[in-house]
Amino acid sequence: MIIAVLSGFFFAIIALLSGKPIRKNMGWIPALLPLTLFIYFFSLLPALASGPLRFKYEWVPSMGVNADMKLDGLSMLFCLLITGIGTGVFLYASYYLKGHQYLNRFFCYLSIFMAAMLGMVLADNLVLLFVFWELTSISSFFLIGFNNEEKISRRNALMALTITGAGGFLLMAGCILIGSASGTYSINSLLASAGNLQQHTLYGWMLLFIFAGAFTKSAQFPFHFWLPGAMVAPTPVSAYLHSATMVKAGIYLLARFTPILGHTAPWNITLMIVGGITMLYSAFHSLQRTDLKEILAYSTIAALGILVFLLGVGTDAALLAAAAFILVHALYKAALFMVAGILDHETGTRHVGLLRGLGKVMWPVATAGLLAALSSAGVPLTYGFIGKDLIYEATLHAPSFAVLLTAVAVLTNIFVLYAGFQAGIRPFAGELPQQYRQLHLPGWRLWIPPLVLALLGVVFGLLPSLTDEALIRQVYTSIGGQGTLPPLKIWHGFNTVLLLSGITLVAGCLLYFLYAPSAAFRPLTDKWQHFSPEAITIKCSRAFLKFSNWYTNLFHSGYLRAYVSIIIIFITCLLGLKLVLDVKVYFDIKTNISGIRLYDAVVFAIILAAIWKSVSTSSRINAVASLSVVGYCICLLFVIYSAPDLAMTQFTIDTLTVVLFVLVLFRLPPFLKINDRKVILRDAVLAALFGAVISIIALEAMNEPTTKEISRFYAENAYVMAKGKNVVNVMLVDFRGFDTLVEITVLTIAALGVYSLMKLRVNSTTKE
Amino acid sequence: MELLLLILIGILYATGIFMMLRRSMVKLLIGLILLGNGANMLIFLLGGITRGKPPIIGETDKVLTGVYADPVPQSLILTAIVISFGLQAFAIVLLKRVHALIQTDDLNDLNTPDTSI
Repeated sequence: MIIAVLSGFFFAIIALLSGKPIRKNMGWIPALLPLTLFIYFFSLLPALASGPLRFKYEWVPSMGVNADMKLDGLSMLFCLLITGIGTGVFLYASYYLKGHQYLNRFFCYLSIFMAAMLGMVLADNLVLLFVFWELTSISSFFLIGFNNEEKISRRNALMALTITGAGGFLLMAGCILIGSASGTYSINSLLASAGNLQQHTLYGWMLLFIFAGAFTKSAQFPFHFWLPGAMVAPTPVSAYLHSATMVKAGIYLLARFTPILGHTAPWNITLMIVGGITMLYSAFHSLQRTDLKEILAYSTIAALGILVFLLGVGTDAALLAAAAFILVHALYKAALFMVAGILDHETGTRHVGLLRGLGKVMWPVATAGLLAALSSAGVPLTYGFIGKDLIYEATLHAPSFAVLLTAVAVLTNIFVLYAGFQAGIRPFAGELPQQYRQLHLPGWRLWIPPLVLALLGVVFGLLPSLTDEALIRQVYTSIGGQGTLPPLKIWHGFNTVLLLSGITLVAGCLLYFLYAPSAAFRPLTDKWQHFSPEAITIKCSRAFLKFSNWYTNLFHSGYLRAYVSIIIIFITCLLGLKLVLDVKVYFDIKTNISGIRLYDAVVFAIILAAIWKSVSTSSRINAVASLSVVGYCICLLFVIYSAPDLAMTQFTIDTLTVVLFVLVLFRLPPFLKINDRKVILRDAVLAALFGAVISIIALEAMNEPTTKEISRFYAENAYVMAKGKNVVNVMLVDFRGFDTLVEITVLTIAALGVYSLMKLRVNSTTKE
Repeated sequence: MELLLLILIGILYATGIFMMLRRSMVKLLIGLILLGNGANMLIFLLGGITRGKPPIIGETDKVLTGVYADPVPQSLILTAIVISFGLQAFAIVLLKRVHALIQTDDLNDLNTPDTSI
């Protein structure tokens, strides 16, 4: 099983490396991969009747994260869709993008996507599910942005990634929350203890996070807008990702969690409301589009809305309807997308107003379009009819608001029918315009896949028992359906459901004949464009960019003193706060003070004066001279307080520094005359505060008793072990000899630097 | 005397930072040196100061006994002084080169702040 999932990733690498053969004539070869997988999953179908198949793989057992896989009805339905439609799409794409210079890359992305999708629906572990979930988002990003030379492609790909990525992030939070609340990441264990999480205090948050993930991925209102934008992808991608598989990942997630989190009022009501709004909103929008793919995109969103809505209704009948409708929709919508792609490929336009009478030149395509459109309309004897029957059955017997729910469903179905007819029938009917007369049927790889899918829609419609027990019931059980419901039938007899179907058909056909798709209403809806979720998202991201720009510039002015100021302000505030809040400052006179003698006071006074002079003077020589006075005074302090070595070093170094300074400064201009009082005052206050903080910290440190263990060791061993009487010297050259060696190295490097800078001859005019 | 040294350290730190916030490169260097002195004094003070008892073993003794100045901070400071001299020397020469190139002491003239994105 894990090989089946990972084979897509392996193949992706092979596809990437074998660009030439794929571009030449071997384009059909990649289609063998999904075909093989399809046969593999299909062969497992009978085994499913005796319960889900489980596959155990260890990954990170210490954290309860395992790469376990589980194949139950729901996973099986998705696996078959992914590999089955995948076969068609791979074949279709090999012709659709024939000769494209990046065809190998395309198949690489597509295989990654397929593998990720398979992994996601098979994963029996929340963490694993999340990983694959994100992989589908990422591969989708590359596929949407496949025409990466176009700005709109890049923009829409980014938009899709942003929305689904944000949802994925929240989904991760949800997974972790559920994992830690229930103590297990295994979906199977969660199912076994279903019902416990509903009572958890954080149940609301779990719902919120799971919904965020599902709604963004499945393009539910108000996150729907990325899906029409994603139509810039090549048509095979739209058929595969954005109608049949990836956008159903959210549905999969909701269906998967229905037994675990569902059947509560918040779950049902949220899903019903969101699904309902999405259905109506996008069905209405599909009326105003004239681009074939956009019409289909909106009707896809409507169908996704129906699925969410059905899961929200949550009765057994609704779950069965959802299970069947996933298959129904995937079959006809993928076919319609492929048909739209063929039209685009052959005529170069997707505008419904321009495409007429093409049935005369490409009748198999027209057949595919017609059958798919009929299935989407729910005409009797098609699979769509059965799907729609089940939906009406579910809404009519909903526990509450049955009439309202049914009305919403009927209205949406009318619009879906309309969209299906626009894409599947209108381009093939009527007179053939002059400019399309020389068109002929494209290669079989382009029209066989949609025809097969559309035909399946009819076959399943005529013989519903083919799918019923083997697949749909399995899905129904795995998403928590318990009661036994009548089997799928072609004919239910005369009842309310049939009446509703009739109303849908008649109203839809009337709409089709009376209202030609046009952008007439667009100005009306465009007025609201500023308040649309898309506009708000774009505004937010712009504002965020602006903010981060401002924020970066605030801290990165490029001036050294600004950086120093920020660091000092931060340290001062942090330490100052701590000192004010927690530390009692006191000065322990008894233990810590030694008397102040006259020469101490004199030295101190000299230092203060010298510091003041070096800061305030406007002459460089004065400043350097004062600096040297400070150094020599410190040298004196060292002498007084028993540090002769320090005094000698300080004396030498200070002298050298001053000499060097004077040598260099000789050529420098005088100090800049910058006397901005405000700035000086600000810096002075900051510096004074910082100095005060340091002093107080030093005071606090002095109040703590120090241990003299280390000093004692050196004092006792300096002569005994190292034969030296000057303890400081012995430490530096003997006990810590290597440190001193490194120090010498540092000095050497500095000396080399100084030497080379001195010797470097730079012509100031040419180098500038 | 510790009290005076505490104040001295505070002042050295404060003036060091103050000078580093100036626009002149020379002042920046002066600030750096003052700050270095402050840090040395801080270590010196926190090690405990002792008058007139250097950590040198007497002619006839084998170990240091009685009250003596702590040798550990002293060797630390000694290292610090030498290293900071390396830094100062390099910085001073660098300053000279920069001045030779752009004929100014103003740090602002060295700037190429990141332009907005």
